[in-house]
Amino acid sequence: MAKTRARDRMSTEINASSMADIAFLLLIFFLVTTTIVEDKGITVKLPPWSEEEPDITKLKTRNVFSVLVNAQDQLLVRGEIMPIEQLREKAKIFIANPYNDETMAEKPTKAIISLKNDRGTSYEAYLQVYNELKAAYNELWNELSQRKYGVPYSEDMKFAWKKAIRDEIPFVLSEAEPTAFGEE
Amino acid sequence: MAKFSKKRGKANPTISTASLPDIIFMLLFFFMVVTQLRDAELKVKVTTPYATELTKLEEKSLVNYLYIGRPVQRYQGVYGTKPRLQLGDKFSEVNEITLFLERHKLKVPESRHGQITSSLRVDGDVTMGIVQDVKTQLRKSGQLKVNYSARKDPKRKGSGVEGE
Repeated sequence: MAKTRARDRMSTEINASSMADIAFLLLIFFLVTTTIVEDKGITVKLPPWSEEEPDITKLKTRNVFSVLVNAQDQLLVRGEIMPIEQLREKAKIFIANPYNDETMAEKPTKAIISLKNDRGTSYEAYLQVYNELKAAYNELWNELSQRKYGVPYSEDMKFAWKKAIRDEIPFVLSEAEPTAFGEE
Repeated sequence: MAKFSKKRGKANPTISTASLPDIIFMLLFFFMVVTQLRDAELKVKVTTPYATELTKLEEKSLVNYLYIGRPVQRYQGVYGTKPRLQLGDKFSEVNEITLFLERHKLKVPESRHGQITSSLRVDGDVTMGIVQDVKTQLRKSGQLKVNYSARKDPKRKGSGVEGE
């Protein structure tokens, strides 16, 4: 009888006072292992692979904005050496052609940017060039969007608006097979 | 006066900690959700370059990662210092990409295969040679959606457009 009485006296509840400690322990573990990685980057769409030789279509030189990057990370834009800082502005002027220059794109839909690099070009330089060209288009889209709809261009704007802008200034960037002069 | 002192005397001065576990658990769940355990140990040094026109990668389960860089000091004895490709947690050859992509595809429902993005985490100092080979292989494997991983440049001004 004494035994049962002892059992009765025992609390039937589980002692939860160490729960906080356990939770703290887990919390600290996750705090330490957490890396809130910022997964950001420049999204590109690669052209599909085809075994056939691309058929050479002769383009008017005025519509082609050729950018060459050599193994020393120097830029040759339409036959002229150019520092990277000017690339964005030059590309914008070329695509939009505000003064109807004879040597620049007839209209934005006909503009083609041709990018060619060497196998020895550093990835950093390549990405910077790509970034500047993308920025040129982004700025043009933004300006057009402001002019037409009064809102800044963004990916979540109305689909029809976005499409209208993209139809007016399509992003055409063709990458040629790189040369192999400076391979390490 | 008597009223006040009586009341104060009765009150328990200890703060109840009964809700502490709940608060801690809440924090815990928050961190568990945002935590992304690094599934692959990096065997190559990758310092992604700066850029301004960045796009955020939305769904982690739809992204596969390809690392390109020079092997870290520990592996230089075996693998040398030439830039290498790392898939998952091991050094790989470029032609192994196709299999790697197929393996990743198995984990993704078929209806969403078109949304798979390959994130290229490439070191800034690497030359384009190997990057080009990887790009060609990706094209051959039909994986055309690619994201060049980069960090936000604090100095340069971008167009201010959050990309697609």
